[in-house]
Amino acid sequence: MFLKELSEAVGVSGQEDEVRNLIRDRVRPHVEQVWTDALGNLLACKKAAASAGKAPRIMISAHMDEVGLMITGITSAGLLRFRPVGGIDPRVLVAKPVSVGKDRIPGVIGAKPIHLQQPEERETPFRLDGLYIDIGADSEKDAASAVHLGDLAAFRTPFRELGGGLVMGKALDNRVGCSILAEVLEGGPYPVEVCGAFTVQEEVGLRGAGVAAYGLKPDLALVLEGTTAADMPGQKEHQFATTVGQGPALTLMDAAGVPSRPLMERLQQVALQQGIPFQFRRFTTGGTEAGRIQEQRGGIPAGTVSVPCRYIHSPAAVLSLKDREATVRLVQAFLYSVGESGVPVA
Amino acid sequence: MQDEERQRTEPGRAQQAGEAASGKEAQGGPEDPGRGFLLSLSRTVGVSGHEDRAAAAVEEGFTGLADEIRRDRLGNLVLVRRARRAGPEAAAEQAPATPRPPRIMLAAHMDEVGLVITQVDERGFLRFTAMGGVDQRILPAQMVRVHSRQGDLPGVIGAKPPHIQTADEQKRAIKMEDLFIDVGYDEAEARRRVSVGDMASIDMEPLSLRGQRLAGKSLDDRAGVAAMFVCLRELQHLQHSADVFAVATVQEEVSRLSGAATCAFELQPDIGLVIDVGFGDMPGQPEDAGLKVGGGPAIGIGPHVHPKLFARLKELAERWHIPYSLEPSPTPAGTDAYGIQITQAGVPTALISLPLRYMHTPVELLDWRDVQAAGQLLALFIASVDAAFVEGLRCF
Repeated sequence: MFLKELSEAVGVSGQEDEVRNLIRDRVRPHVEQVWTDALGNLLACKKAAASAGKAPRIMISAHMDEVGLMITGITSAGLLRFRPVGGIDPRVLVAKPVSVGKDRIPGVIGAKPIHLQQPEERETPFRLDGLYIDIGADSEKDAASAVHLGDLAAFRTPFRELGGGLVMGKALDNRVGCSILAEVLEGGPYPVEVCGAFTVQEEVGLRGAGVAAYGLKPDLALVLEGTTAADMPGQKEHQFATTVGQGPALTLMDAAGVPSRPLMERLQQVALQQGIPFQFRRFTTGGTEAGRIQEQRGGIPAGTVSVPCRYIHSPAAVLSLKDREATVRLVQAFLYSVGESGVPVA
Repeated sequence: MQDEERQRTEPGRAQQAGEAASGKEAQGGPEDPGRGFLLSLSRTVGVSGHEDRAAAAVEEGFTGLADEIRRDRLGNLVLVRRARRAGPEAAAEQAPATPRPPRIMLAAHMDEVGLVITQVDERGFLRFTAMGGVDQRILPAQMVRVHSRQGDLPGVIGAKPPHIQTADEQKRAIKMEDLFIDVGYDEAEARRRVSVGDMASIDMEPLSLRGQRLAGKSLDDRAGVAAMFVCLRELQHLQHSADVFAVATVQEEVSRLSGAATCAFELQPDIGLVIDVGFGDMPGQPEDAGLKVGGGPAIGIGPHVHPKLFARLKELAERWHIPYSLEPSPTPAGTDAYGIQITQAGVPTALISLPLRYMHTPVELLDWRDVQAAGQLLALFIASVDAAFVEGLRCF
């Protein structure tokens, strides 16, 4: 499963090489043009079917990067200090294995044994500045011979299939988007030109997508994401944001902006016509690349379609393969609808 | 420093003592059978009271090293190695004065802390509580395996993403009662497969870190079992006048007496040697509370350690240049020595601790050389015990 390969690849923001290389090898045979830009976005354009005439250019983006940690210091005992890259709750870091640097040096984030804790300590989370990575080095010199300041560390979680068609893995936000975009590029040809943008640095402020959109100059952009599903115990139904298993989630608004309304209406229409299940993302915080893309040039209509993911930004997220497949179908059906009825505009 | 390094990387001194050697095997390298055995034990499951799989893995590893292997009524796995003496002195020693060879019981527990399912909720999520000492703060986003009657189910302990948390929420540890396991199934399917009372354990593949260091789950106290393995291998090259009972005990994490003490009752040992893990040095700990990882095993000293056993172990470590440290333990609780010491009319006990960081987490970390050195020290000790020494243990 390509999603497994993508999930297990390391690509913390700013160092997306492993993911980029995997995807490049995968999509190259199915597109006319593949290149990278100044930031490291991987761009892959697939011409419209010959019969389509002058076809609109649709950009589809999916970010390759994942949240992780940056090594910021080495202690005299040879332990590694770190800071998060992207949004991470320090509470999910405790007692987890990680891979440090390009050579994936194994390490663990330790925690004080329960035997040595006061009962009240157990009610207070570990603080980020009290956590460190232990790679088994026995001195500062030993650690410094293997790790350098600025090296990035990623979660070290094997991809697993759970019950009920669900899968678990790290970085499903947004390797699931990457896997969908790769599958869309493998399919077709479509009646439109499809430019896939596998972007960098989304988790540190939506930095890659705008640059990619400026360069590609598309008529319209669709962003693929893995988004929060809070359908878990302790949450009331109106707080779920999205629900795993109920199909792709359409964004009505998020922290980065309001998506193109005609675009989102077309997506709904297409889903209804094709009998593809969908839901709305019932929640407005968290930003996606659509907001950044629509600010480019004179404005580019953009919107986001997401696969619901539980426990994102933790070492182990969960999603439904059915949701992923429904999203592939929705995106493909949308591309055909643009060929038939044109770019949705107000 | 340099000198210390040299001592550690030399082939085991115990082997030199015993003339022959398993020294051809790369000590501590990936081919080291003891190290490989420990990694396989780390992968194995054995939540307290449910140690069958761990016992099978231990038994497999020890086959060929024991004259006899059996499990007792509570599930302790007992490996027997009879006394071995050669030559005329042996015959003399076996004279009527000694009704039976001295008996040495080694004990290291094979159970691990885990989780017990308490509810399958209306959306198929599993609620749980702890079996043994588990810090609720290490649980969010851990991978687990639920051991249902129909087999193992992979799952994960869910963690609410930062996007939907309030600033206030992040200031509190998530309580165990608010945590849950996600195995993917909806309610009907989850109920069909999982029952209240099923065990769950942490799912963690052990890691080989720098040097000889390892990290993984359940090194507490499978590392102690591995030290017994090293010891029994060393004994193949040594003569010893004591019968050795190496016991992989059950239920250490949940009971002070169930496993080791009941087994000691049956075995009636003259000496009990317990191998468990001790708190390794790490930041945020008082300086006197941490054993140096890589500094050799620690020899326990305190009320539950017989002074003559302590002295003998220390003397042997000195004589054979086995790196070690001392572990003062003012209270006798916390290991199998607690129960063995007060079995029947009392058993002289000693404690060997393996320095271990991050105890009771999925990423427990130790230095394999410490385990090796502990096994060598145990073997030297066993080879040194005779009837007179045992007799002397009652003379204060």
